[in-house]
Amino acid sequence: MNEFSAFDQPVMLKIDKIFDESNGTKSFMFRHKIDYNPGQFIMVWLPGIDEKPFAVSYLSDDFFGITVLERGNFTKLLHKMVPGDQMGIRGPFGHGYSFPDSIKNGKGSVCVIGGGCGMASVTVLIEKLQDNSPTILMGASTSTSLFFKNRYKDITLFTDDGSEGIKGYPTDILEELHDKHGYDIIYTCGPEIMMSKVFDFCKKHSIQFEASLERYMKCGIGVCGQCVCDGQMVCKDGPVFDLQALSNMSDFGKYSLLKSGKRVSLQEYADWRSC
Amino acid sequence: MTTANLNIDLCGIKMSNPTVLPSGFLGTSKSLLERVAESGVGAATIKSVSFEAREGHKNPTVIPFEGGMLNAVGYSNPGAEETAREFSNLNEVSIPVIASIIGTEPDDFVRVVDKLSGNEFSAIELPLSCPHTPGFGLLAGQGTPESTGEIVSAVRKASKLPIFVKLSPNIPEIGNLAKAAENAGADAITAVNTLGPGMIINIEARKPVLSYKVGGVSGQALRPVATRCVYDIYESVKIPIIGTGGISTGRHAIEMIMAGATAIGVGTGIYDRGIDVFRKICLEMEEWMSENSYNSIDEMIGIAHE
Repeated sequence: MNEFSAFDQPVMLKIDKIFDESNGTKSFMFRHKIDYNPGQFIMVWLPGIDEKPFAVSYLSDDFFGITVLERGNFTKLLHKMVPGDQMGIRGPFGHGYSFPDSIKNGKGSVCVIGGGCGMASVTVLIEKLQDNSPTILMGASTSTSLFFKNRYKDITLFTDDGSEGIKGYPTDILEELHDKHGYDIIYTCGPEIMMSKVFDFCKKHSIQFEASLERYMKCGIGVCGQCVCDGQMVCKDGPVFDLQALSNMSDFGKYSLLKSGKRVSLQEYADWRSC
Repeated sequence: MTTANLNIDLCGIKMSNPTVLPSGFLGTSKSLLERVAESGVGAATIKSVSFEAREGHKNPTVIPFEGGMLNAVGYSNPGAEETAREFSNLNEVSIPVIASIIGTEPDDFVRVVDKLSGNEFSAIELPLSCPHTPGFGLLAGQGTPESTGEIVSAVRKASKLPIFVKLSPNIPEIGNLAKAAENAGADAITAVNTLGPGMIINIEARKPVLSYKVGGVSGQALRPVATRCVYDIYESVKIPIIGTGGISTGRHAIEMIMAGATAIGVGTGIYDRGIDVFRKICLEMEEWMSENSYNSIDEMIGIAHE
């Protein structure tokens, strides 16, 4: 049986610190312990407004933080908040990234790819993988959208428009990197089109693969069916899925559900999410 | 000791066991129906469908508490046409599938029934009892014998499928309402919808947690109320009852069957015990029935009345 715990309902936490990460992206820090595995998500509640899922992007024994891109009404309100203001947090929920035996105790070769806001979902993972010295690839549309670029010593940056780092996408140089490093596993979070390219690459080269999916969520606890992706509940079975699971999810890289439950192309979904 | 047989016949629908996935739980896609079928459910209900698409209420829409769950999803659904598309070729799903249909006026229900007439649904359910969505259920006055009778009669004329009418536990004379549904041509009663509405306030935020402020109560807190409703309805009608409300174990299921249910709905139990809850309940029922010398579900229906 599920034990009902305090975090099943939102707990109001005071914002301790806020700092700018990039143009339009801020991190909000809370002085509070959270039992979180990288890849899981928490639901952030603005009372009377709405509730949305976020990854934890900073994690320590006595604090955690989230990183938020200003995109719609909800995130606009979040960005107006100041230290001392409160928001409701429930969770963490879902299954995070796993750590196969092949990369335990610093053995094995690892690559982590973050795209756009997806970078927020892989930061805590990268920190957990320090002993493996992972290859870190980070892509964004343009220079001002890149964040966490100074957080890691070895990071390769990409921008779609070439305004910073390499012009193009992290997937462009995967072949060459894999020839050099022989990856045991590649982790990714970012636009699904990008993740699906990495998936194809890993499948072709028999590399273990884990990706964190984004779907519009309601309950967050695996009962409502809103975030379904081919029989899998992204909030409960995911949001992180491995290569085997994704191989059976034909909606991956193709379809997602709007708030009404209408199944649409990822492009139509992305257009709706960005407004 | 012989193994108990859990097969039932619900209005001519053959089910391998009496568990039913109620509307509003996981019924958003055919792929999830297949998933619950693999998890051992006997039949599944799709998420309620209106003629036009609806976005529903804002989040939070579902919130657990010590006694179950509070929800005000607000009937989000992609509309009748999209639903017909999503649930085409239902013969690919190994269990009977029930279409839950909502509307405001009797004609609205009929328009949805018509749109879904080409799909292979096994039954139609009419939830005339939602406590938290303006224009539907209780908030549209559908919980009266007159309104229930009108809607059921209209749908009866439009479809040959078995019609299940889902009632609210809020109705004091629930037996009379069930009788009105039976008289209008309903083939079964689903009892019950969520109770309330109820409210949970976060005292630090000084605000209700659900964005709609109020929501229907399901789970443990609802179970004794649901059991009593099924008991009352069993005394009033001859048609079968799908007992729903707080069931998460085999013992709960048997209790509901003894109150008068032929089939049992399991929704909030998915949160308590995972999606495998259906298989777990069936195993527990079989075990208890064998130990207590019951061979079939039929032998237990309504025996608490004797």
